[in-house]
Amino acid sequence: MPVVSYIEAVNMALEEEMKQDPKVFILGEDVGVKGGVFKATAGLYEKFGENRVIDTPLTESAIVGVAIGAAMYGLRPVSEIQFADFIMPAVNQIISEAARIRYRSNNDWQCPIVIRAPYGGGVHGGLYHSQSVEAIFANQPGLKIVMPSTPYDAKGLLKAAIRDDDPVLFFEHKRAYRLLKGEVPEEDYVIPIGKADVKREGDDVTVITYGLCVHLAMEAARKLIAEGISVHILDLRTVYPLDQEAIIKAAEKTGKVLLVTEDNKEGSVMSEVAAIIAEHALFDLDAPIKRLCGPDVPAMPYAPTLEKHFLINTEKIERAIRELAEF
Amino acid sequence: MVENRHHQLGLSDETVLEMYRMMVLTRRLDERMWVLNRAGKIAFVISGQGHEAAQIGAAFALDRTKDYCLPYYRDLGVVLSFGMTAKEIMLNAFGKAEDPNSGGRQMPAHFSQRKNRIVTHSSPVTTQVPHAAGFALAAKLENKDFVTFVSFGEGSSNQGDFHEGANFSGVHKLPVIFFCENNGYAISVPLEKQLASKRVADRASGYGMPGFTIDGTDPLEVYRVVKAARDRAVRGEGPTLIEVLVHRLTSHSSDDDERSYRDPEEIKKIREFDPIRKFNHYLRSVHLLDDDLENKLEEEIARIVDEATEYAEKAPYPAPETMEKFVYKEEGDV
Repeated sequence: MPVVSYIEAVNMALEEEMKQDPKVFILGEDVGVKGGVFKATAGLYEKFGENRVIDTPLTESAIVGVAIGAAMYGLRPVSEIQFADFIMPAVNQIISEAARIRYRSNNDWQCPIVIRAPYGGGVHGGLYHSQSVEAIFANQPGLKIVMPSTPYDAKGLLKAAIRDDDPVLFFEHKRAYRLLKGEVPEEDYVIPIGKADVKREGDDVTVITYGLCVHLAMEAARKLIAEGISVHILDLRTVYPLDQEAIIKAAEKTGKVLLVTEDNKEGSVMSEVAAIIAEHALFDLDAPIKRLCGPDVPAMPYAPTLEKHFLINTEKIERAIRELAEF
Repeated sequence: MVENRHHQLGLSDETVLEMYRMMVLTRRLDERMWVLNRAGKIAFVISGQGHEAAQIGAAFALDRTKDYCLPYYRDLGVVLSFGMTAKEIMLNAFGKAEDPNSGGRQMPAHFSQRKNRIVTHSSPVTTQVPHAAGFALAAKLENKDFVTFVSFGEGSSNQGDFHEGANFSGVHKLPVIFFCENNGYAISVPLEKQLASKRVADRASGYGMPGFTIDGTDPLEVYRVVKAARDRAVRGEGPTLIEVLVHRLTSHSSDDDERSYRDPEEIKKIREFDPIRKFNHYLRSVHLLDDDLENKLEEEIARIVDEATEYAEKAPYPAPETMEKFVYKEEGDV
């Protein structure tokens, strides 16, 4: 089985889906000739031509809005927003339109679009190339939000997203693009959207997280073996709608829960996860729910000292797990 | 001898009479909804009165067997021409379960009916313009010869989505007709406070497409210009922006009172530009319409409106437990 990077897995999924379904096409800024600023669409313009890998004007609302029209017609557009931070001009199209098309037409129309966007910090991107934007969309029934944590998941989940008949936001951690490598089968496979994944069984502390933080939590768990702390890790994979059953089960498993996200703490996806646990598993808890998140500042600053201070890292996760284990 | 303008356009006597009939049906349905609103039977109405010639002239210039329309809330005449029935309009007005637009989920006049290629829209204005570019892009990618028609008000032509959608369509030479129904008011705000340019059509040149400003009270002139835009789109020459000048003969909606911002003289004067009366005069001048035929037609339409109202009023509301359906695709749906 070939070992590929996270971004190569994204590219594989796009190519496979474009090959197997002529209705799939890509649109976005720099996705064509250049192959994307991160190279997620590298080689696809050459393979599928300018009609199926479309370099658009610099207009996020149209990148999404045009895709919505094409999707209602019956095509399968994959829109790329160059950085998740730049999705803001398209929020009206995503929330007022894509999320509500099936509902408001009483199931007469549907809107099978995928919007891919790189999120997250750690690449010296400053305020507007580092943000996590999932919480903005994570209370909009009608949308699905997928955030893969490994190359294997990136491929299987993106293929599932493209085949899904509802709108999917697909957020890829930009630092994971070349940092994470893993075995990815060349064969066709999909991973179901809406299902969380137990990454590691453990007995002392449960960590629930998603995206790049899964990788950091796995490293922390490996280090803590030496201290005799056994960590259970649940990867949400889909952050909206949440896999409630898996969350409750993971919380009950150890009774001590650490929730990790790179997003700001207030009103994050983890706030909802905490509420689910409080509502359904309070009496199985042996310690207060603990959240490890980005600070409540508007966005990640540029200077290396500030950026590092903002970010989640393995040491921060280790410390938080240790505190819970000792509680 | 009066010039027979419709024959010059290749329109048969039958077709222009059908256009007139559609204009009257649109008006009478609209008027009935105001009565129902004032009687407390329906909560809301938003009108296309004064826009009928523009809407029906345009719709008849399209291929209503394959073109897609992305209307806005005043487009009663467009959706009726595309095949929605009076009964379905009334079901929508009452918010009943059988309403094909949304099953009673959306406010009235938020049109949608997939079988007639009427594309669902929302209340935040102009979001449908990029969607139209998307339908047109699909036509291009799939080598289909349908044209996409999208309409909106002049206030909406200030929204970013208008400019993004128009530019995208211009760059990709997409088969779209942008149809701006300029009635001079965005609720209460007059044109001179909405546009820095003299005309909405002036904006076309920025997006590499022709722009026309025409009399929207003349269905034959609207037909002529939309037909030419459609032919151009089918030939692969790209989009066209058409601005039709119309008058809004009612307040913005049933929740608005135009007397608070519009001169009473103006309100009186615009009645003279009633497009239905104007077309009636034309049809009489070419001897296609007389009192007998007009009375017969009005009676037939009154019956249709009565039956539609009665049916919709009696029809059931959606059951409360259906509220949670169709957030996502459901098991077993195809």
